[in-house]
Amino acid sequence: MANKFVISLSPHVHSGDSVKNNMYGVIIALIPALLVSLWAFGLGSAIVTLTSVLSCVFFEWCITKYILKKPSTIMDGSAVLTGLLLAFNLPSNLPIWIIVLGALFAIGVVKISFGGLGSNLFNPALAGRIFLLISFPVQMTSWPQIGQISSYIDATTEATPLALMKMAAKGDATALDKLPDSLSLFLGSNPGSLGEISALALLIGLIYMLWRKIITWHIPVSILATVAVFSGIMHWIDPTKFASPLVHLFTGGIMLGAIFMATDYVTSPMTHKGMLIYGVAIGVLTVLIRLFGAYPEGVSFAIFIMNAFTPIINTYCKPKRFGGAGKK
Amino acid sequence: MKTFSIGGVHPSENKLSAGSPISVLDLPKQAIFPLAQHIGAPATAIVKRGDVVRVGTKIADATGPVSAAIYSSVSGKVSKIENVVDASGYAKPAIIIDVEGDEWEESIDRSAELKKDISLSAEEIIRKIKEAGIVGMGGACFPAHVKLMPPPGLKAEYLVINGVECEPYLTADHRLMLEKADEIMVGVSLLMKAIGVKEAFIGIENNKPDAIAIMSEKSKSYTGISIVPLKVQYPQGGEKQLIDAVLGRQLPPPPAIPIHVGAVVQNVGTAFAVYEAVQKNKPLFERVVTITGKALKSPSNYLVRMGTPMSQLIDAAGGLPEDTGKIIGGGPMMGKALVSTEIPITKGSSGVLLMTKKEAVRGEIMPCIRCAKCVGVCPMGLEPYLLSNLSAKSNWERVEKELVMTCIECGSCQYTCPSNRPLVDYIRLGKNVVGGIIRARNAKK
Repeated sequence: MANKFVISLSPHVHSGDSVKNNMYGVIIALIPALLVSLWAFGLGSAIVTLTSVLSCVFFEWCITKYILKKPSTIMDGSAVLTGLLLAFNLPSNLPIWIIVLGALFAIGVVKISFGGLGSNLFNPALAGRIFLLISFPVQMTSWPQIGQISSYIDATTEATPLALMKMAAKGDATALDKLPDSLSLFLGSNPGSLGEISALALLIGLIYMLWRKIITWHIPVSILATVAVFSGIMHWIDPTKFASPLVHLFTGGIMLGAIFMATDYVTSPMTHKGMLIYGVAIGVLTVLIRLFGAYPEGVSFAIFIMNAFTPIINTYCKPKRFGGAGKK
Repeated sequence: MKTFSIGGVHPSENKLSAGSPISVLDLPKQAIFPLAQHIGAPATAIVKRGDVVRVGTKIADATGPVSAAIYSSVSGKVSKIENVVDASGYAKPAIIIDVEGDEWEESIDRSAELKKDISLSAEEIIRKIKEAGIVGMGGACFPAHVKLMPPPGLKAEYLVINGVECEPYLTADHRLMLEKADEIMVGVSLLMKAIGVKEAFIGIENNKPDAIAIMSEKSKSYTGISIVPLKVQYPQGGEKQLIDAVLGRQLPPPPAIPIHVGAVVQNVGTAFAVYEAVQKNKPLFERVVTITGKALKSPSNYLVRMGTPMSQLIDAAGGLPEDTGKIIGGGPMMGKALVSTEIPITKGSSGVLLMTKKEAVRGEIMPCIRCAKCVGVCPMGLEPYLLSNLSAKSNWERVEKELVMTCIECGSCQYTCPSNRPLVDYIRLGKNVVGGIIRARNAKK
C-alpha cells in the first residue's frame, strides 16, 4: 500500500493542555506575591527564594539521574513550583543550609520516594515546611519586620499578628488591641513568612488560576468561608479573646494555604463534593489550632492532616452520576 | 441558553466547510456496499454475480427485526460479492457493482417539488421507513424503525431531533438544515405521526445561527415543531445529553432507552431520509458527507452515492494532501481512524477528516497528576482516571462497580487530560471485558 496512516482510537484531537502548562500557570499566579515579598523583604526574600528553587530542582535532577537512573523530570515545572512554594512558607531570614535541608526533605523524601510526580501522598512543599518547623522551631518562628530590603540573616524581627492573637486566646485581654488594622493586613505590610503577607497579591493569583481553569473554586472558597464563619462565631462569643474573622483571613498562611497549598492537584480530592469536605475540614482544623492549639498557626498542619484523608475521601465521595446511575 | 447538566468540553470547532453548499459528487466507477453498515444483524444479499441493477434496486434484505435493507446507489452489473476492508479495518462481506450509466427505478419520484401532505397512517410510515433501509444518520447507524416501535407499555411523549452536530469539523447536518429545511420539517412531521406525539423539539447549537433562523422560520408553517437553540458544548449530540438539554430529563443507566423518559431521538439527516423515503419513494442510497481537514485544498460538503470510495471524495476536494497522517471516518472526537482511502461511503459516513502527520501524533504520556479535570468534564459523572487505572490493573470487579458500562466513549476526558493519558483506550478495554462478564453472568441465569 502506498500510503500508511496512523490508526488509533478516538478522540483524535487534544485540548493542548499539558502538565507544564498547569505548573507554569501556578508559577505565574505566584508572581504578584513574589513581587510583594521582594518589596517587603528585599535581599532576604531573593536569597531564600533562589536557594529553595535551585535546591529543589537540583535534588530532583540529582536523584532521578544518579539514584533512579531515569530521564530527567526537571523541565515539567513541578520542582520549580515546589521550590517556590517552600520558599513562600519560610521566614526571609532563614539560613541557607536550613533551606537546602528543607528542599532535600520535600523533593527527596516526600516526593520522589513516594514515586515522584503524581504519586506523593503529601504536598512536598508543605511537608518540607512542617519538617523545618518541627526541627528548627526558633529559626522558623522569628519573622523579620518588613521594609529591611538590604538585610538577610541580620534583619530585626518582630512579633507577628498571629502571635498577638495567640496571646489573646491565652488570656491577655489587651493583646488584640495591638493588632494592625485589617486593611494593612490585607495589603501585606505586616511580618510573616515570605509569600504569605499580602492577601491581595494571593487573591490576584487565585483569580488568574480560576480564569485559566487551572483550579476550580471549591477548595479555596470552602476553606476561606469556613475560616470566616468559624472564627466569626468565636469572635461573637468573646471579642476580647478571639480576633475578628477579617483578621483571621488576612493573617498568617491562610490565603497562601487555601489558594496554593491545599489546591495541589496530587494531594487533594478528585470530586467537587470531596473538595468541599476537604476544604471545610481544613478551615475547621486551622481555626481550632490557631485558637486552642500549641502553635500560633495551624494552616499547614490542617492541610497536612487532610492530605492524609484524601484517599479515603476519594473512595467515598463519588461525582453526581448522570441519571442516578449506581443507585440501588 | 439550554445545555446538558453534567460536564462537557468545548473543542475548537474548525467548521472549515460550513460555507460550502452541498454539491453532487460524480458517480463512481465501482460501488461497494458492505452488508454490515448498521447496528444489528448484517443484511442478506439478494443479488448475485452478473445481476443487473438500477439506482434504487434493493440488493440486500434486512436480516431479522434489528437490521436494515441495502439499496444500490448506482445502475450497472453486480461484479462480485466478496470480503472488503471497511471502516472497522476488517474485511467483511460486501456487494460490488460495476457502474454503467445512471438508470433509476421508475417508482422513485425524482422531481424537486416539495410534497407536504401526509396521507399515510402511522403503521404505513414505519413500514416505509423500515423498507427504505433507513438508519440513524448521525453516525450510530441504529435502524430507525426500531426506535419508532416502543416496547409494550411505553409511550413516546416527545420527538427530539438532533441538529446539534457537536463534532468539530463536520458540517453535513448544518448544510442540510440550511438547504433542505422544508423537507426536514415534513420528515419530522412524519416521524411525529409515526410515534403519535404532538410535539417535536429540534436542538441546534448556537454556533449555527443561520440554521436556527431558517429552521425557526420554516417551523412556523408546521404544527408542533419548535427549535431549541443550545449552548455550544460537546457531547451535546449524544442521545442522553440531548434529551437532558432539550427536555431536562436524565435517562437512567442501561438497559433504559430514551423511550423510558418519554423521548424518541432522531437526527436531522434521518428526518430528511424519512421525507425522501415516505414522500418520494426513494430508499436510502445517498447522503451528505463533509470532506474536510486543515491541509485539504477545499473542504466541502457533497451529496454522495453510497458505495463511492472515499478517495473519489478526497480527489473532488483537491486531492490527498502530501503530509496526511491520519484519515478519520466521522468527527475527530468519536470518529474512526481508517486504514485506507478506498473505504466506501456508507449510511453512517457523516464526514471524512484528513489530519496532517503532525496532528496525527498523540502527545507524550506523563504521569497522572490527579488534576481532576477528567472528572470535571465527564458528561456521565464518572471518574475516568479511576476507570482507566482499574482497567490497566485488570481489576474488573471494581471497574464494573465504578459504572464503566455507562461510559459513552465521548472522549472528553482524554481530550482534556494535561498528561495525554490514553484514558478512553483503557476504558474501552474495561467495557469490553466487563461487558463479556455481564453477558456470561446473564447467560447462566
